[in-house]
Amino acid sequence: MEIRAGSRLKSAVCNTEVIAVKAPGEDMDIRCGGVPMLDPSDTGEEGGKPDAAAADGTQMGKRYVDSNETIELLCTKPGDGSLGIGDALLAIKESKPLPASD
Amino acid sequence: MMLLEMASSGFGHRVAIGSRDGSGMTYQDLYDQSGRASDYLQQRNVEHVSFFDESSPALPVSLFAAAWAGLPFVPLNYRLSNVDTYSLFERITPTFTISDGAELENIISGVDGVQSTAWHLFLTDSAEGAIPEPTWNMDPDEIAVLLFTSGTTGDPKAAVLRHSHLVSYILGSVEFMGSDEDEATLVSVPPYHVAGIAAMCSSIYAGRRIVQLPFFDAYEWIDLAIKEEVTHAMVVPTMLSRIVEELEKNPSHKPDTLRAISYGGGKMPRPVIEKALELFPATNFVNAYGLTETSSTISVLGPEDHRIAVESSDPEVRKRLASAGKPLPSLEVSIRDEDSNEVDPGVSGEIWVRGEQVSGEYLGHGKRLTGDGWFPTNDGGSLDSEGYLFVEGRIDDIIIRGGENISPGEIEDVLLQHPNIRDAAAVGMADTEWGEIIVAVVVLSDPDFFSEPEILGFSKEHLRSSRTPEKIIMLDELPYNETGKLLRRVLKDGLVNQDNSEG
Repeated sequence: MEIRAGSRLKSAVCNTEVIAVKAPGEDMDIRCGGVPMLDPSDTGEEGGKPDAAAADGTQMGKRYVDSNETIELLCTKPGDGSLGIGDALLAIKESKPLPASD
Repeated sequence: MMLLEMASSGFGHRVAIGSRDGSGMTYQDLYDQSGRASDYLQQRNVEHVSFFDESSPALPVSLFAAAWAGLPFVPLNYRLSNVDTYSLFERITPTFTISDGAELENIISGVDGVQSTAWHLFLTDSAEGAIPEPTWNMDPDEIAVLLFTSGTTGDPKAAVLRHSHLVSYILGSVEFMGSDEDEATLVSVPPYHVAGIAAMCSSIYAGRRIVQLPFFDAYEWIDLAIKEEVTHAMVVPTMLSRIVEELEKNPSHKPDTLRAISYGGGKMPRPVIEKALELFPATNFVNAYGLTETSSTISVLGPEDHRIAVESSDPEVRKRLASAGKPLPSLEVSIRDEDSNEVDPGVSGEIWVRGEQVSGEYLGHGKRLTGDGWFPTNDGGSLDSEGYLFVEGRIDDIIIRGGENISPGEIEDVLLQHPNIRDAAAVGMADTEWGEIIVAVVVLSDPDFFSEPEILGFSKEHLRSSRTPEKIIMLDELPYNETGKLLRRVLKDGLVNQDNSEG
């Protein structure tokens, strides 16, 4: 699936939903729970379980990035699967909290 | 819209806006109401949703409903002259506007394509019907907000903020659900100020309850802060200065729940911030510097920076109390000279900024960005050895005396250290010999003790001779706009007229 900033995806195996806040605009094999993620309008087969190797879950409001930060996914609904590109899992983007300024 | 959807699904039961006494609106209410209002707006067949009113719960509803409906949201300054208001409306028709009363209809009679409703009617009229499916356009390049900048010359320009700019700003500076449930923020900046829009987005994403003060008054601000157990607030310098004065008059009427006060939107006089730190010893102070064109904040002087600066004996560190802190990690700041070359730390130049939250675009004028994405802000400033940003004000305000560029801020900082000077402005006045000479305009705590030679002497002790004012003028007040920006042009024009009538 071609992923660009603003693209939404949902997991095929858990409740996870994400939105791409940064993406190269290319075809990417984005997975959740080890299974390719779906377009939110996709009403095809759901169910199943996350692969044990990708079952640490996602957290609401966290941003997930690959090792060279070419893609950044914001979790808009949490679930049991972990996000990845192919077999490589994405990591939470750590950010130092800033004081409220407005 | 995505920000609100996340808030409503993450903590829908929390109060988003208003009081916790049951009259407030939860995040779920806000989401539902925005959805219904988006249907209502779509049926109006307009191209812009505008907001010509003081703050009310209709502000976040119409802001998010406009985004849901895919229409740009345009908050307008309701304090402009009738002529200016007329011409702004002409530029945004067909529009649906939230406005209080018949007055607007008189002002804009003759402009076709304006539908208007008072804010409470907007909320009740749009409360009917089913909540539409969340099918808003997710295109990050759509226009989210148009903000007319308070240009001092020519027609005001409309700064374009796209969803990508605002969302980048929020994601880069706010932690989702980062607030505790008891936190509340007091918003007293008007909706047409970028901080007013940013406050809606930041607070909603953080899960911090919004308390609105539609018309700023120091007593009301303090009173509302006490009643609503406010923990956070953003103020412009004139507001803080009035709050400090009010608390000195009436020290027992003081909120004790304030955890953080952020200030920005203009230069903070040092005596005001020092006094405020004294009055609120347990409160964290945050200085934020930002522009409309950069989706609000670009640098922040945090609470720890404030404390270190106040306690330090090193003048370099103490000076940072007057700085705008460090740039947000999500963007870059660079100081450039007139040939666009980066200058060394400590050297003044123009502040340039680059990052995903930076728009730098004006409607009909395109993007004012360099080829590699930098936005020249037209603000002068410098970075110190550790990266603290010092803002010197608009480059147009720089005084050029005998070929030397002098920042008014530097002179003002010195004048404000004088025990009897409450407010000060330095301006350049035309002079046949020097091109411009420096005139200092001061507001005194005790006007009976005004002595021009004494203030001139004080300036000479602290400033290089070429930067010492030639003349000191005393006024009762300096002219500010309602969001705390010193109106240097108005001040200068006043002085020129005074000069002419004297001569």
